[in-house]
Amino acid sequence: MAPVATPPSATDMVNPGVEDVIAEALKHGKNSGNASDHTMVLNMGPQHPSTHGVLRLVLEVDGEAVVSLAPDIGYLHTGIEKTCEAKFYQQVVPLTDRIDYLCPMTNNLAYCLAVEKLLELEIPERAQYLRVLLNELTRIQSHLVWLGTHAMDIGALTVFLYCFREREALLRIFEGVAGQRMMTSYFRIGGVSMEPPLDFYQQVRDFLADMPSKIDEYEGLLTGNPIWIGRLKGVGYLSPEDGIALGVTGPPLRASGVDWDLRRDMPYSGYEKFDFKVPISQHGDVWARYAVRMEEMRESVKIAKQALEGLPSGRIVADAPKIILPDREQMKTQMESLIHHFKIVTEGFGVPAGEVYQAVESPRGEMGYYVVSDGSQAVPRPHAQSVLCNAAGARDHVQRQAACRRGRHHRFHRYRARRD
Amino acid sequence: MAAVTGTTAVFEALPENKAVLALKTIASDAKFDRAELTLTVPGESILEAAQAIKTAGYNFLEDVTAVDWYPSEPRFQVTYHILSHSLKERIRLIVRLDSASASVDSIVSIWPSANFYEREVFDLFGVHFGSHPNLRRIMMPEDWEGNPLRKDYPVEGYR
Repeated sequence: MAPVATPPSATDMVNPGVEDVIAEALKHGKNSGNASDHTMVLNMGPQHPSTHGVLRLVLEVDGEAVVSLAPDIGYLHTGIEKTCEAKFYQQVVPLTDRIDYLCPMTNNLAYCLAVEKLLELEIPERAQYLRVLLNELTRIQSHLVWLGTHAMDIGALTVFLYCFREREALLRIFEGVAGQRMMTSYFRIGGVSMEPPLDFYQQVRDFLADMPSKIDEYEGLLTGNPIWIGRLKGVGYLSPEDGIALGVTGPPLRASGVDWDLRRDMPYSGYEKFDFKVPISQHGDVWARYAVRMEEMRESVKIAKQALEGLPSGRIVADAPKIILPDREQMKTQMESLIHHFKIVTEGFGVPAGEVYQAVESPRGEMGYYVVSDGSQAVPRPHAQSVLCNAAGARDHVQRQAACRRGRHHRFHRYRARRD
Repeated sequence: MAAVTGTTAVFEALPENKAVLALKTIASDAKFDRAELTLTVPGESILEAAQAIKTAGYNFLEDVTAVDWYPSEPRFQVTYHILSHSLKERIRLIVRLDSASASVDSIVSIWPSANFYEREVFDLFGVHFGSHPNLRRIMMPEDWEGNPLRKDYPVEGYR
C-alpha cells in the first residue's frame, strides 16, 4: 500500500506541531469527491498502554496509512537540570538515574566521567572495570525490556515473560551491588560507592554463562516466526543520511548502516582494553534494529565476561581525599578524615572552572553530559543530552514513510518520552 | 596538554586540526582545554561557521544548548556540539549573546536535528532562533510564563 503523500526528505522536514497536523487534516477533509482525501486524526497517548512512556502522538491517518504525525513531548520533563543548579556535584548522581530508569548506570557513568574530566581525576582500574561490567549488564537489561515490550505489542506475550525472567536476575545483581534494583546510583565521582558483595561474582558468572542460551531461546521464538517477520521486515525504513541528519544515534543508526559506536570509536572508562564487535546492518528497517540489538546483547555478554575475568584488585575510588568521602573507619579515627568528611557533606567540593562534554554509548544511543563549572561548589549548568529528542523528531519522518497495515506496529522504536 | 586559550595560541597549537582550518577566519575566540576544542564565533556568522565545519567533515550535530551567565554580559552562551564520524573528533562551537538581543540564526537548514534542540533552548532560556520553521515551546505548556532555566528564575517556590 503506497503512502498517500510523498514523504518529505529529512532536510525539508519541519517537525509540525500538533495544531499543524490538525489544521492540515481539516483541509484534507474538505476536499470532497476523492476518497483518499478523507483522513482522520487520531490521538495516541500520552497515557496509551501501547506508548510505553509518556509520549503523545497526533496522527493523521488515511485508512491504514499514516499521512502525517506530530510528536508532543515534555510530559515527563521534571526539570532535572534546574534542580541540579541548587545541588552539589555529588548530589546530582542520584538525579541522573531518573533520567532513564532503564539504564541508570549508564547515566551515572556519563555524569561521573564528565565531572572527573573537569577535576582531572585518575580513576583506578578496578573501578573502571566494575563500571564497564555493570554498564554492559545494564545494556542487556535495557534491551530485554525493549525486546519484551516490543514483542508484547505485536502479540507475542510469551517473550515478555521470558525477558523479564532474565531481567529479574539482573535486577537482583544490581540490588546486591548497589542496594537498589532500579535507581542504583552506584557510581560515584571518583569511582564506585562500595565493593560488590562476595556472592556478586558467582551470580554474574552464572548469569553470563546462561545468557547466550536464553538469547537463542528468544530468537527461537521470534526470528523465524512469520508474523514477527511480516511485521518487522521493510517497516519503518530510515536511510543512513536521514539518520545522521535527524541526529539518530545508537542501535537505530547502526541498523541503518552507519558504523559508529562510542565505546569503540571514542573509548571511555577503559573500553579500549576490551575485545568486541560492533554489530551493524544495512537494511534500516525495524527488522534490522531488532537484529542489531539482539547481536549487541551477545556482545555485551562477551564484554562483561572479559571485565569479570580481568577484574583487577586494588582501590575502587581515586585517591582524592577532598572529593571522595573517607572510609567510615578512618572518619571515626582520624581527625583529617573527619574534617574532609564534614566539609564534603556540608559544603560540597569545588570544581575548577571550565566546560566539558562527555558522551557514552547508552543502550539507546549516545548519552552525553555537558557540564559547565564556574569554579564553585554548585553545578551552574548541567545539561543532559539524551537520545529521545532526536528519536521523537525522527519518528515523524519514519512514520510518514511507513504505510502500515492494520495491527502492524510501525513505530520507529520505543524510546521513552523523557528528556531532561 | 595544558589548557590553551586565545585564537593565536590555539591555532598555533593545533595547526592541522580540520575545525581550526575551517574556522580560522570566522572564530573570534578559541580554547583547547581538557582535550576539548572550543571555538567562539560571532552570532551573525553562525550559519557560515556551521556550513564550514560541516564541509570540513564534522557531520553529526550532537547537541544544542545554552548557558545563562546572569548577571554578567554577554548573558547567554549558545553551545553546539558537533561530532565527526570520520575524524573521531568533537568540536564545541559557542555563540555569545547579549540579553538585549538574545537572538541567533537557526541552523535547522544545515542540520534538521537542530529543530527540537533549538525549540528547547527557546522554551527554557528564551533565546530566539531566527528563521526557525516552528519556533514554539516544546517542554513547557504553551501558556507558561517565563523561561525556567534562566538563572533569575527560582529553583523552588510557587508561581
